[in-house]
Amino acid sequence: MTISNKGFSRRRFFKTLGKTAGYIALATSLPSIAWAKWSEKAFSSKTLDSAIKACFGDLPIADNPAVKLDVPDIAENGAMVGVGIKTELENVKSVAVFVEKNPAPLCVKYNFGKGTIPDVETRVRMGETSNLIAIVEADGKLHRSQKLVKVTIGGCGG
Amino acid sequence: MADKIKIRVKTKEDNGVVKALMLIKHPMESGMRKDQDGNLIPVHHLKEVSVVYKDETIFHGEFGTGASKDPFVIFHFEGVAGEKFEVNAVDSKGVTGTKSVKIKKLKKK
Repeated sequence: MTISNKGFSRRRFFKTLGKTAGYIALATSLPSIAWAKWSEKAFSSKTLDSAIKACFGDLPIADNPAVKLDVPDIAENGAMVGVGIKTELENVKSVAVFVEKNPAPLCVKYNFGKGTIPDVETRVRMGETSNLIAIVEADGKLHRSQKLVKVTIGGCGG
Repeated sequence: MADKIKIRVKTKEDNGVVKALMLIKHPMESGMRKDQDGNLIPVHHLKEVSVVYKDETIFHGEFGTGASKDPFVIFHFEGVAGEKFEVNAVDSKGVTGTKSVKIKKLKKK
């Protein structure tokens, strides 16, 4: 005697239920960090101006002595150039470091949240002697500070 | 399965301001280096680092191939010794790393 199941299989039902439960368990166990979108266009821009635009859009940009940029005059090793950026400006949203003559000028971008103070340090690579530019985004404007850094040994490989 | 990204963090809190020094171990291959056989080593770099404190992302770093090997970052935020925060990292291959940090007081001489 065959059991007619009219297209509905109890076995399949439980199998699907199990699978769904498995997916739900997986989804809730994933880390709850919402990764902000990595600025792909900005990091792959090949010129300084296009990188700044891709990073910040069309915000007005001007040099500002309130942005203190601490970099060496001469970098012995282009692979590790220490950069310090500090400012008293308020409502700082982000800070970005560009090396004008690098194949991809944007090196790093730091986005600030609640309670973060605009005082950062990092290390970047420089392929050759170039302008190193720090841009601070605050109150809808871009504040720039730049310095020429001489490099004795390039840091991009090759 | 690729190894997780290793993150080392030192903290120094003084007067409600925390100085955090983070070292994220990563080869940061720019994709322009060649190996001994003359073949290009593929791009592999740290992409994002996120710091979560009191359920908020207070700091988010984005990195490109212009950042040095083993990215080193110092940043400052308002915080108190004894509290904890979490550092999470992800790279261009989707490898992740995480570190839970307890804020330490600055040792004054």
